[in-house]
Amino acid sequence: MGRAWKFGDDIDTDVIIQGKYLVINDPEELARHVFENIRPEFPKNVKKGDFVVAGENFGCGSSREHAPIALKATGIEAVIAKSYARIFFRNAVNIGLKAIECRETDRIDDGDELEIDYSRNRILNRTKNEEYSFTPLPDFLKRILESGGLVNFARSMYGERG
Amino acid sequence: MGKTLTEKIFSRASGKEVKAGEYVFAKIDRAMIHDITGPLAIKAFKEIAGNDGKVWDNKKIIIAFDHQVPADSINAAENHKMLRKFAEEQKILNYDVYEGIAHQIMVEKGHVLPGMVVVGADSHTCMYGALGAFATGIGSTDMGAVFALGKLWFRVPETIRFDIEGKLQKGVYSKDLILYLIGMVGADGANYKAVEFSGSTIRGMDMSQRFTITNMAIEMGGKSGIIEPDRETERYLKDAGIDANIEDWDWLKSDEDAEFFMRYEVNADEIEPMVALPHSVDNVKPVREVEGIKADQVFIGSCTNGRYEDLKIAAGILKGEKVAKGTRLIVIPASRSEYVKALKDGLIDAFIEAGAIVEFPSCGPCMGGSFGLIASNETSISTSNRNFIGRQGSPEGKVYLVSPATAAATAIYGELTDPREIL
Repeated sequence: MGRAWKFGDDIDTDVIIQGKYLVINDPEELARHVFENIRPEFPKNVKKGDFVVAGENFGCGSSREHAPIALKATGIEAVIAKSYARIFFRNAVNIGLKAIECRETDRIDDGDELEIDYSRNRILNRTKNEEYSFTPLPDFLKRILESGGLVNFARSMYGERG
Repeated sequence: MGKTLTEKIFSRASGKEVKAGEYVFAKIDRAMIHDITGPLAIKAFKEIAGNDGKVWDNKKIIIAFDHQVPADSINAAENHKMLRKFAEEQKILNYDVYEGIAHQIMVEKGHVLPGMVVVGADSHTCMYGALGAFATGIGSTDMGAVFALGKLWFRVPETIRFDIEGKLQKGVYSKDLILYLIGMVGADGANYKAVEFSGSTIRGMDMSQRFTITNMAIEMGGKSGIIEPDRETERYLKDAGIDANIEDWDWLKSDEDAEFFMRYEVNADEIEPMVALPHSVDNVKPVREVEGIKADQVFIGSCTNGRYEDLKIAAGILKGEKVAKGTRLIVIPASRSEYVKALKDGLIDAFIEAGAIVEFPSCGPCMGGSFGLIASNETSISTSNRNFIGRQGSPEGKVYLVSPATAAATAIYGELTDPREIL
């Protein structure tokens, strides 16, 4: 179980991690600057197992993989958004950050306690005693995730490249 | 049922007939990394292929240094050093700190040809679609896999098509058109989609103006922007030293009966000089409605609007004029060769005599982490492509996106100005 940190629509990669930090490649250090311009208390107070909850088009903007890497390094369980920008979504799958697509994030408030039942594709809101369904990943992407992300998936293919 | 231009390119690249919605492994024709995203891509590549692994084809990879050049910090210098070493080990073409913005180099040096599948570890890779290629930005782990395999997974995108007819008014440019279209459909209006631009307005544009349009397809969420190749494409590639022939590209057009996700008809005559207000690119208004916003800084440059043709428009307005007191004008040509053209034509003289700072080809203030930053409560009127919070420096600063003509007029008056007033 973890608390929801609620954000709006069109959360872009510059507010997730500002351009000036892109020279940093260390995930832990990146995590200390996540959302610092729009929500400075987030990097200080986020706990392992928490959730970032948002509206439409989460992660729009740059292709910087630093954004999902930094979010993953904060220890959050998942991002839950109505929809994602394409490159962010790819990057998240590829590095193993759970990016869950759920149309009902308006029902979740900041501070709500959430839990995820992956076997039933349901988000459980313990504060409000509600459940929301989410869209499972297409099989093709599940295969990449099941092999442990794109690096492992590609490693097995590289072995066969000859 | 016919196919879209993008479906045709994916059919060729995956070796089977495919339609939108299918997942494919497509062969990659070119892959680009730069000094910000490159280090993570190389790390991913080594995790996949091992420290001694070889890239799939070193002739198809291009490295460019553009975000932090010359190195503006020790971290940046270390990243550059690491990229140079990788380029040397793998014998990869490396455009070092002196050459300019990656996207401009990719097109002007003839690395992108119609019909190719091109990936770049940068979201504005979609710019190359103006040459009739499928080009898209990917992350660093994706790029590591591309380096190892020469292939990458894609969901073949549906296409949104804009049919744009008519003639842009005097003082209105392709930047105004693309801002207008982004305002029309929103920042996620084309999410996951290929965006095809066609119609007489597009056909009448030179390649420089077309690049401005496809460059910003990502700002409406597009996976790619694409324009059917024509005589102008052929001319541009010939200038780039490519033995280009329009007849080879007969197949590169959407069929009449192709299935589009959405089609928009746009009348170009009605479009005015436009501005994207802070802090999102779809927050678009005609310049005349918000004239008078004070400009602390004006930036003319970037992969969107830093080409010779853009500089010529701006210099034409600034020649013989002075930058307003209290306003800083920064001009950055997109590449060394665009810089040389501008120099030979006296454009750089015009900028400097007007009081501009002309900086070396690079991303400059657009990257917001290098130089030319703005302070809190300052405004930047900029020809670049993003106005997000903190994009050009202080998170309390404001960025407005405009055409080179609007930027130049604004620099003279020190406040946001519709260029039609002085043209």
